[in-house]
Order: sequence, then structure tokens, then C-alpha cells
Amino acid sequence: MNSMTQTMSQSMNFDPFVPYRSGPYFCELTRDRDGDAGAAAAVRARIAAIGLDALRNRAAAAENDLINLGITFTIYSESQAIDRILPFDCIPRIITAAEWRKIEAGVKQRVAALNLFLHDIYHDRHITRDGVVPADLVYTNANYRPEMEHFPVRFGTYVHICGTDIVRDEKGEFLVLEDNARTPSGVSYVVENRHLMSRAFPDLLAGMRLHPVDDYGRRLLTAMCDIAPEGVDEPQVVLLSPGIYNSAYFEHVFLAREMGVPLVEGADLVVEQDRVWMRTTAGLRAVHTIYRRIGDDFLDPTVFRPDSLLGVPGLIGAWRRGNVTLANAVGTGVADDKAIYAYMPRIIDYYLKETPILNNVTTHICREKEGLDYTLANIDKLVLKPVGESGGYGITIGPRATKAEIEIARKSLLADPANWISQPVISLSVAPTLTETGIHPRHLDLRPFAVTGRDTWVLPGGLSRVAMKEGSLVVNSSQGGGSKDTWVLMDEAPMGQARTGVTP
Amino acid sequence: MSRETPLLARYAEGLFWMARYLERVENLARLIDVTQTFESPGRETESWLAMIRINADEEGFKATGKEATADNVKRFYLLDPGNPTSIPASLEAARTNARTLRPLISTEMWMQMNVFHRDMMQLTDADIQGDRLSRLCTRIKEGVQAHTGITEGTFFRDQGWDFYQLGRLIERADQTTRLLDIRYHLLVPGGSEERKAAELTQWGGVLRAAAGYHAFRRVAPAGFTPVDVVAFLLNDTSFPRSVAVCVQSMEWHLGQLRSRYGLRGTVGALERVEELRAGLMGRPVEKVLADGLHLFLDGVQRDLILLASEIGTPFFRDWRPLLGAAAA
Repeated sequence: MNSMTQTMSQSMNFDPFVPYRSGPYFCELTRDRDGDAGAAAAVRARIAAIGLDALRNRAAAAENDLINLGITFTIYSESQAIDRILPFDCIPRIITAAEWRKIEAGVKQRVAALNLFLHDIYHDRHITRDGVVPADLVYTNANYRPEMEHFPVRFGTYVHICGTDIVRDEKGEFLVLEDNARTPSGVSYVVENRHLMSRAFPDLLAGMRLHPVDDYGRRLLTAMCDIAPEGVDEPQVVLLSPGIYNSAYFEHVFLAREMGVPLVEGADLVVEQDRVWMRTTAGLRAVHTIYRRIGDDFLDPTVFRPDSLLGVPGLIGAWRRGNVTLANAVGTGVADDKAIYAYMPRIIDYYLKETPILNNVTTHICREKEGLDYTLANIDKLVLKPVGESGGYGITIGPRATKAEIEIARKSLLADPANWISQPVISLSVAPTLTETGIHPRHLDLRPFAVTGRDTWVLPGGLSRVAMKEGSLVVNSSQGGGSKDTWVLMDEAPMGQARTGVTP
Repeated sequence: MSRETPLLARYAEGLFWMARYLERVENLARLIDVTQTFESPGRETESWLAMIRINADEEGFKATGKEATADNVKRFYLLDPGNPTSIPASLEAARTNARTLRPLISTEMWMQMNVFHRDMMQLTDADIQGDRLSRLCTRIKEGVQAHTGITEGTFFRDQGWDFYQLGRLIERADQTTRLLDIRYHLLVPGGSEERKAAELTQWGGVLRAAAGYHAFRRVAPAGFTPVDVVAFLLNDTSFPRSVAVCVQSMEWHLGQLRSRYGLRGTVGALERVEELRAGLMGRPVEKVLADGLHLFLDGVQRDLILLASEIGTPFFRDWRPLLGAAAA
């Protein structure tokens, strides 16, 4: 640590953490945690040594890199398409080895329960017969797909890629806010943020023993090959994207590149004799696994939305014949519905006979009288969420809403109670974040990504999304959220002990 | 360890067009530069209008409703994204293709394209005034050349490379014929010694625009005439922008697609390129000039369109002719 101390005293930088106050919230970098191995303190000291001005310059240069590299997502508003970067905050979020063990086990447990649930509702329907989950909630759900009934999927895996949104309350407990079992996005930023960190802030990373994140593409490809139709020796995997105008197109490119497979659009594929082929310069070539990044509704205009130009006519037929595998499977949306979410603890208990490793946030289901009454009585204290939406749209945060906004929310709720759930406001944890006026706490969440073929692997860490506005709880990229590099520490030994610590 | 991997038809198409649009951008910059250089005092407008004729853009320009002045022609090609044959429109098209190709091209290729595109989209009227115009042309040429160099050094050499090269070579050959044509339009027949000297200066300008001036001097006879310049740009077998070198290279890349990758759809294109070569090498330049250079160049341009179609039809997913070229 000597050289570090020297740097600090030489630069005479004022320590930007001195005025930092995290308030009543759990802080991911300043709260003492077991097994942190001194990493957080080292990061704080290194940032102080760099100094605010240099930090800002380097962060700006790093963001400029993102623009030049086209690591962007697209926002559509008023018929305009604007390429935006996901703002990158250079102060990393640190997850200790012990914390990660819990998150990893909790995510695996949840993915296992989701898959068992999906298998059950599309086969024998035990869980609804036993009254654990209301039948109508499942079978009249817009995302329930009768096409899936009695259809076998390899290894019983429906949700091959899952993103679990996790928050942390003021006591530091991790809580699951939402499962994303359809086409969760954001994993490209996990990997790109680490690349950015090592390019722009090698001095923050130096000597840290972290779990690497660049293994994702290989793991994903392995899973995609595992789930290919039986008997195919060298399966051809492709990534199916809606194309360059999709807001997540960069991520599709990233994943196709990391897997080394073609990124195809619907029109690149053709179904003949119940087999899927891609159009190449040498004619048609067989396709065996499709990692699709388009929704169920758009997959096949002959089965779902007839106006869809994104899909492939006949795809569902080929898939039902077992000639091609879709990842994720069709019909997973019924499991990550916000209404089903409320039942997840019971679903875990029902199939696995386990208590949830990661708890849910308390959830009131407005389709039930009790839940509706409670929500109406406490609407100004609750977060009201539509069950069918994603991306943070349509949410009303009671304590932050104006009277007029509350009344609008109340009307929407009464018009269609089944469309809503409510939850208490969770005091999301915060992390020190670089702002115009220095380093201040900003709320954040965590989305780990689980890949499941034969078995489940969880990418260490995940996407930490940060609400860049002061006090804001909305971390979604479409609403101005940013992200942080997320470090999962390998060791628990205190720093400076043996070779496992941080080398100054 | 190279494993032969299939190439999506759409990727082949994107590579072909990306290269083609970028080559067009570079050559437009060359054309603008040479036009600027030969603006004769008092007759500026005439030189610039010739450029519109060469690109067969009379209709498109008229549609802008702008007066036919030198400045408006410059704006039409350098600042107007609404003109499909302008530099901003071509660069936009190149970048859109690059965007669809991002899973395939190197990160360095994409990044340079992205930055180049952004710079060019920010051009204003001030950038095309006076002495800044020539410097702007240099910047544009260098932008494309940087792309070319990065591609040469980083792009994977499978069949995609051949489709990329075919797009580039077809556009380059086409543009060289246009560069020759622009002089033809300004040539005034007959003449005194004085006029001949002036004419040679102008041909020197054409060679400079094609970056071939010094190479030409090395191979040209001492008392060279315009006929030698035309022969050089059409038939020289070593100059990278001559139509002959482009056509030979196309033949080579088509041969690669056929022999190395077994693409049998190359038959039509190979026949077409062979005809092109025969038509080009089989006729003495004197005869070409006697029959009319413009007519001959028109014929070459039409053959190039047909060749592109022979490549597009069997190999691309959505073959559609290039807007500007189809009108030519």
C-alpha cells in the first residue's frame, strides 16, 4: 500500500468521499461488509488519488469511446430515432464472494422453479389443480401459449436466458423485484463495461481479483448447442434479431459476435418441409438452434400476428416438429408476468420443497379483493405497476406522485384491477456515483443473467443499473438510467495478506 | 484452422454495397476536386454543370428547385442528404450497410466508419467555400482511404472479402469512366498549339484527380497526347484505378468465389466480365476515340450495371439496382 499512500499525499487531492453521505440507504461501497477484503476501501482511496477533475475527464473520454464504438441503444420518440449510450459511471459496484454465493444460488433456484412451473402448466397442471396458483391467472394470461401444451423441450428448459432483477433494501437484504424470462437484455453492457473499465481506469482495477465476465458468449453458445434437436452433430446456431432499427440491436450484434454465429433477420430464414434454413451465398443451409430476440407474437405470421414482418412463416410448425429449437421457448411470458411473480415463493416451495434463497418484495395482487382494497387505501404509499409492461413504463410511485397523478392511477386501477399489482416503496440501496457536483449516492439495482441448457450457469455479477437523477428510483435505460461495472470479488482474505489481495 | 463457414446472402449484399458506396464517396471527392481546379474564370457554372451531366443528375438537381450556380451544385453533392448521389447520402448508405454488417466486420472498421460519418454529417456551408473545399475533398478521400486500410488489415478474408472487393471494383471502374467523360464534355475540338497545351494541362488534372499523374509520366512517351492519357486510364495493366486493372481484379475475385468456395452462381458474372475485358483490351484507343469516347464509356457503364446484376441476382437476398447507376 505504500505507493498508494504516496500518490495520495503527493497529489494533495481533496478526498471526494469526505462529504459523501448515503443517508438511510444501504451503500454498496461505504458500508462495512464481511469478506470485502478491503477492496471497497482501496477503490475509494484510488478514486481520491485520481481526483475529481481527472476522474471526470477520463469518464468523459470513456463515454466518447462508447459513442465512437456505437455501443448504443435506440430510443424512439415522436417518430425520431436517437442513438444513446448507456451512461457509464466509473465508480464500480462491489459484490463480495459471500454475497455472490447467495445471489447465484438464489437465481439458480428461481430459474429451476420457473422451468418446473412452465413444464407443469403446459403438461399436467398440478400446481393449479392443487390451488397453489389460481388457474385463470395462468390459462387466461395473454402470454399463455396453448401451442406449448404437451410439447417436450430438452432438459425441461424453457427459460434458457433469464435476467433476475434484484434490489437491496436498507438492511442490505437482496430482494427479487422481477423475473425476466422472455428476452432479457443488458448483458452486453456487463461485458462492455468491464472492457471500458480496463481501458479507461486500469488503475482502479489493478491487482483486484475479480471473477471475469467475458465468458458469457462461450457459455451461451454451449447451451445453445446442448439444446439443439437430438441427433444433430454440429448444430448451426443463429441469433434472430428484428434488425438494425431495434433498440437493442447493439446487444444482438454483441451476442452474435461473442458466440461466433450469424445474426439473422426473419427474411434471412425460410422454412421448407418443416425445416428451417438460412439463405447463404451457397444456397440454403440448415439451422438448428435459434436464439431469438423477438417476442412470441412476432415469430411466425402464420400462427401469431399475421402482420409481423419480423418473423418466419412456418417457424412454429418446424419447431413443433422438433426440427429446430427456440431459445427462450415460446410461452415463457406467463411465468415472468408480474401477477405470477407474487406467487413465486409458493412456486419455489411447491416444486423444490425449499424456502426462497432470495425473497420477493411484498406484492399486493389487485385482481384479488384484498389486494385491491389494500392498494386503494394506501395508494399514496405504494408503487403501482401494470402487470403487462416492461421498461419501467406506466409505474406510479405513490409517495412521489402529485395528487393529480394519484387520481389518474386510481382511475386506471379501478378500470382494470387485474392489470395491476402494488408493492411497498423499497428503499433501494445506493452507490457512490460521479455527478456534476461531486460524488453522491444514487439508487441502483442488479440484473444477473442465468444461462440454462443442460444446467444453469450465472454470469458473475450482472448489470448494475443506476438512476442517475438524484433521489430517482427508476433505473431503466429507456428512462435515463446508467450503469456501473459490477465486480464480484474472488477472495475473502483481507487485502495485503498473501497473494490474494490487492497489489498496490 | 479456418473452417469454411457459410456467408449469409444479406451479408454478401451489405459488403458489396458498403464498399461500393464508399468508393463512390472517394471518387465524388476526386471529381469535385478536379472540377474546382478547372473552374475557368467567368465559366465556373459550366464546369459544375458538366459534373451534373456526368452523374446523370439533371432531373434530381432540377427537383431541388435551386438555381444552377456553382455553389448550388457543390451543395447538391456535399451537403444535401436528400440527393441520393450526394456524399452525405452515400456515406449514410455505407454506414447503414456497415450497421447490418456489424456482426461480421471488425470493430475498428465500424468505429472509423462511425466517426467519419459523424464528421461528414456536420459539414456546413462554410466548409465548402473557397480554399476550404479542396481541403475538404482531401479529408473525404482520407476518410475512405483510412477505411480501406483498416479493412485490408483487419477484415477476415473469406468469401465476404471477395464480395466487398467486387463492389468496390465495379464502382471504381464506373467512376474512372465518369472521370474520363467529364473531360470529354469540356473538350473543344480542333485547335492551335496554345489550345493543345491548355488541353494537356486539363488532362493532367484528370490524372491528378485519379492519383495517376506520376505513374502516367513514368510510362508515357515523351511527346504524349490526350490519346495516351485515355489509354492509360482505360487500359493500363498496372494502375490501380484503370478500368482494365479493375476488370482483371473482378475476374480474379469471381474466380475465387467459384474455385475456392464452389459458388456456381458465378457463371453469368464470369461470362460478363470476360466480355467486358475483351471489349476493353480488344480495341485500340485511337479507334475508341474516333468512334466517340462518350459512347464507348456509356457502353462500359452499362456493362458494369449488368455485371452487378449478374452478381446480385444469384447471391444477394434482395437484389435491387443502385439508384444512381440505374439512371445512368
